[in-house]
Amino acid sequence: MKADLTISEVRKGLKTREFSAVELMQYFLSRIEQYSALNAYVTLDTEKALAAAKEADERIAAGEDLPLLGVPLAIKDLFCTKGMKTTACSKILSEFVPEYESTVTQNLLDDGAVFIGKTNMDEFAMGSSNITSCFGACFLPYRKKSAPDVPLVPGGSSGGSATAVASDLCIAATGSDTGGSVRQPAAFSGLVGIKPTYGLCSRWGMVAFASSLDQAGPLTKCVEDAAIMLRSMAGYDPKDSTSANVEIPDYASFLGQSIKGMKIGIAKEYTDGLNNENMAMFERAKSWLVDAGCELVDISLKTTPYALPAYYIIAPAEASSNLARYDGVRYSKRAEHYDNIDELYTNSRSEGFGEEVKRRILTGTYVLSAGYYDAYYTKALKIQKMIKDDFRDNAFSKVDLILTMTSPNTAFGVEESTQMSPTDMYLNDIFTVNSNIAGLPAISVPAGLSNDGLPMGVQLIGNHFRECDIFKVAHVLEVAANFFDKRQKIIKI
Amino acid sequence: MDNLVKGWEVIIGLEVHAQIATKSKLFSSSPTEYGADPNSQVSFYDAAMPGMLPVLNENAVDQAIKSGFGINGTINKISRFDRKNYFYPDLPSGYQISQLYHPIVTDGHIDIELQDGSVKTIHVERIHIEQDAGKSIHDLSPEFSYVDLNRAGVPLMEIVSKPDMRSPFEAMQYVRKLRMILRYVGSCDCNMERGNLRVDANISIRKPGELLGNRAEIKNINSIRFLGQALDYEIERQIMLKENGEEVCQETRLFDSSLGETRSMRSKEDAADYRYFPDPDLKPVVLSDERIARLRAEMPELPDEKHARFVAEYGISDADANVLIEDKETAAYFERAVAASKFKPASAKLIANWMISELFAVLNKEGKTIETVGFPIEYMAELVDLILDKTISGKIAKTVFAEMAQSGSAPAKIVKDLGLVQIQDEGAIRKVIDEVIAANPAQVAQYKAGKVQLFGFFVGQSMKAMQGKGNPEMINKILRETLG
Repeated sequence: MKADLTISEVRKGLKTREFSAVELMQYFLSRIEQYSALNAYVTLDTEKALAAAKEADERIAAGEDLPLLGVPLAIKDLFCTKGMKTTACSKILSEFVPEYESTVTQNLLDDGAVFIGKTNMDEFAMGSSNITSCFGACFLPYRKKSAPDVPLVPGGSSGGSATAVASDLCIAATGSDTGGSVRQPAAFSGLVGIKPTYGLCSRWGMVAFASSLDQAGPLTKCVEDAAIMLRSMAGYDPKDSTSANVEIPDYASFLGQSIKGMKIGIAKEYTDGLNNENMAMFERAKSWLVDAGCELVDISLKTTPYALPAYYIIAPAEASSNLARYDGVRYSKRAEHYDNIDELYTNSRSEGFGEEVKRRILTGTYVLSAGYYDAYYTKALKIQKMIKDDFRDNAFSKVDLILTMTSPNTAFGVEESTQMSPTDMYLNDIFTVNSNIAGLPAISVPAGLSNDGLPMGVQLIGNHFRECDIFKVAHVLEVAANFFDKRQKIIKI
Repeated sequence: MDNLVKGWEVIIGLEVHAQIATKSKLFSSSPTEYGADPNSQVSFYDAAMPGMLPVLNENAVDQAIKSGFGINGTINKISRFDRKNYFYPDLPSGYQISQLYHPIVTDGHIDIELQDGSVKTIHVERIHIEQDAGKSIHDLSPEFSYVDLNRAGVPLMEIVSKPDMRSPFEAMQYVRKLRMILRYVGSCDCNMERGNLRVDANISIRKPGELLGNRAEIKNINSIRFLGQALDYEIERQIMLKENGEEVCQETRLFDSSLGETRSMRSKEDAADYRYFPDPDLKPVVLSDERIARLRAEMPELPDEKHARFVAEYGISDADANVLIEDKETAAYFERAVAASKFKPASAKLIANWMISELFAVLNKEGKTIETVGFPIEYMAELVDLILDKTISGKIAKTVFAEMAQSGSAPAKIVKDLGLVQIQDEGAIRKVIDEVIAANPAQVAQYKAGKVQLFGFFVGQSMKAMQGKGNPEMINKILRETLG
């Protein structure tokens, strides 16, 4: 089996009988076993996966043709999968098996995808390193040139999905992005990751973290795969009241179209303070777009520095309420010892939630409580409104897309991350949260390698529902960066 | 200042929880049927399974809007749902979805009638839509509590009055009137025994002119009688405290109907901080002008309008109109009976009388409703018409009514079959009267000597001789002439 197949390569290989879906599945299952130390997957059902692949082979043999027929995918453990354990990598959900399929995963199944298993993530998607998972850390398949022995994080919260795709343990994966949880791990892992416009993907059946910010998005090896995946995942869902009733175009059809004359915004708030290496990378990305005929436009988004503080009020506030249902009364894990209902709650939740989740529940509870609500929550919502207006008035009235770096840094050490203060960790989201706060679509595209040999990603932020613009320009960046070839130079474990 | 109790003014405000009459829950498609097996009407959403999302039942919104019209309120074109966060086993998601900040209806008012017949306006601050919680059951096992989620997510309207009521009577009148309006609108069946209408009463006392004092909130009162009892008890309790120089605690109390007492449930210090915030899973409810206009056009005639019309159109008394408009069905029955009468609208008053006295008595006795009564509405009109055209007397009509209620036969047929036609032939009546006078010489002598009370005796004897069928006015007239 050729390594690092893309979706169109898989579809071609299956159609021409170069390999079968079952063979492909076996290939991944054996690799997953071989690389189990990466801890990318937290739940596997090999029998079920092989049965699904066999069924796909039968359908292909019968002449069926669907965009993802027979394509093996990894699913972030945040998406409820019918009959398969869904834990959000939290002890408190360690025994939960949904009786329903999330809309996003159902859409993928309807397009013929076969699921390999569920991937590791930060507990309830709260983190930027995947170290808060109750199943333990997940590891980046790459190492720094300067420290080949130091294990690195894949980013988070969709760390398991990133590692699974980057390590060739699946073709593509689903992720979810509340403040950067698809894009930051994509950048760390040399992958493409897109967070679509809020409302494009249904949240029905996704374990909720912060409802007004959560969006599903794919992690893939290339822009074309991201376009194919997103088209399948997205779509109006009457079961989600915040779902957008818009047509989903064939995003892949935009790839290769000319981007000549497109206006790309360069916001100084995103570039001030970049380190030299980042700045050099950023300049290179700018030059690729100029070469393709884009016009670079300097813009200023003065609200940018306020996005992160607003995010760390809004997201925990919603989370503190969303996570109240995990109370030990019904499906969530109940503490063994308790004498009354208050103890049942306290003990189940104290034992079931990890440190970071508790921290955010406490923060959220605090900012919503009487006497603090206006000082924190109301103010954060005002900032959110200002940020939205800022993007509208000072960016998208002038430009088609904004180009930024995805992350201020490359992948860091697992050990290092355990010593980081929470606020230092939160800085990982500095370039990504803005688009969540404003509900805007944004993609991370691998742009090159750092001096120390780690992947670096650049981000394109688009206007609402302008995913087609994003894909078009992302594809140009991808071709210019020629990252597929550069991958060979990365130190793999 | 009226209504003072031992020199204290009583201030009452009510929060009424009315279950909105919908087939499915507020945010899920689970049925709301009463009395189903425990946990048989629970969706994944109702059980707050991970990733489940609310989808608003638009019919519940429509019903709330119509209720808003019913209380003369302002319908807000933009309202919003908020989460009220607290932990309780029968609240699966850990929050109740309600409308704190932007309710769907504000600034309404309804008029109530006081003991002296005067009218008082009670202001309604708001109606908001919210979910009901499930039910915790503690008495099935000594060891465990059980939870039934059938009620969880059932749509409620919380109707909040201003503290405008000054006596338990006013509070009871307010709930009666509100119940009548909601039943007219059809937005709530107001079955208090099933808990479909529940009242929380806020009550405080003060000396006239003083600022408002601490209030007690009496929770979950499920009958109008209990509301009166709870408030009476509470007034006495608060007066006793204040007159002993003690403070009334700001607290939540429960009414124990078996003891007729309220008792403390939790004090203000223990009150939860509900951390309300806008529910991010739901978009604001934005109402179009078309929708509001359509619902307004669907509004039925409301009790006050109907009352005024009944008095004006049918010439019935205020008191009779009050009884007839009590519910829509009774009012409709009345109007249909009048419409079926040959002597309309003159017959209306008599029809009203017959309904209020005889018909209601039969319904009460037989445990029937106006819709299940055993004879067609037209018969009610026919009976009254028979009185008005003097075919039968009012007295005979009672016999006919009783027979009609029992057998369901038409009044005219009963009159014919039983030979109950009124005797109106003057000659025939005079003949009977002559016989009665002849047979009772002693009484005639006494009457003529001034014992005029005996007149009734002669009427009775004459009527008896005609098996009650004589025309009473003619009997009276002829007797007077004959006895001189």
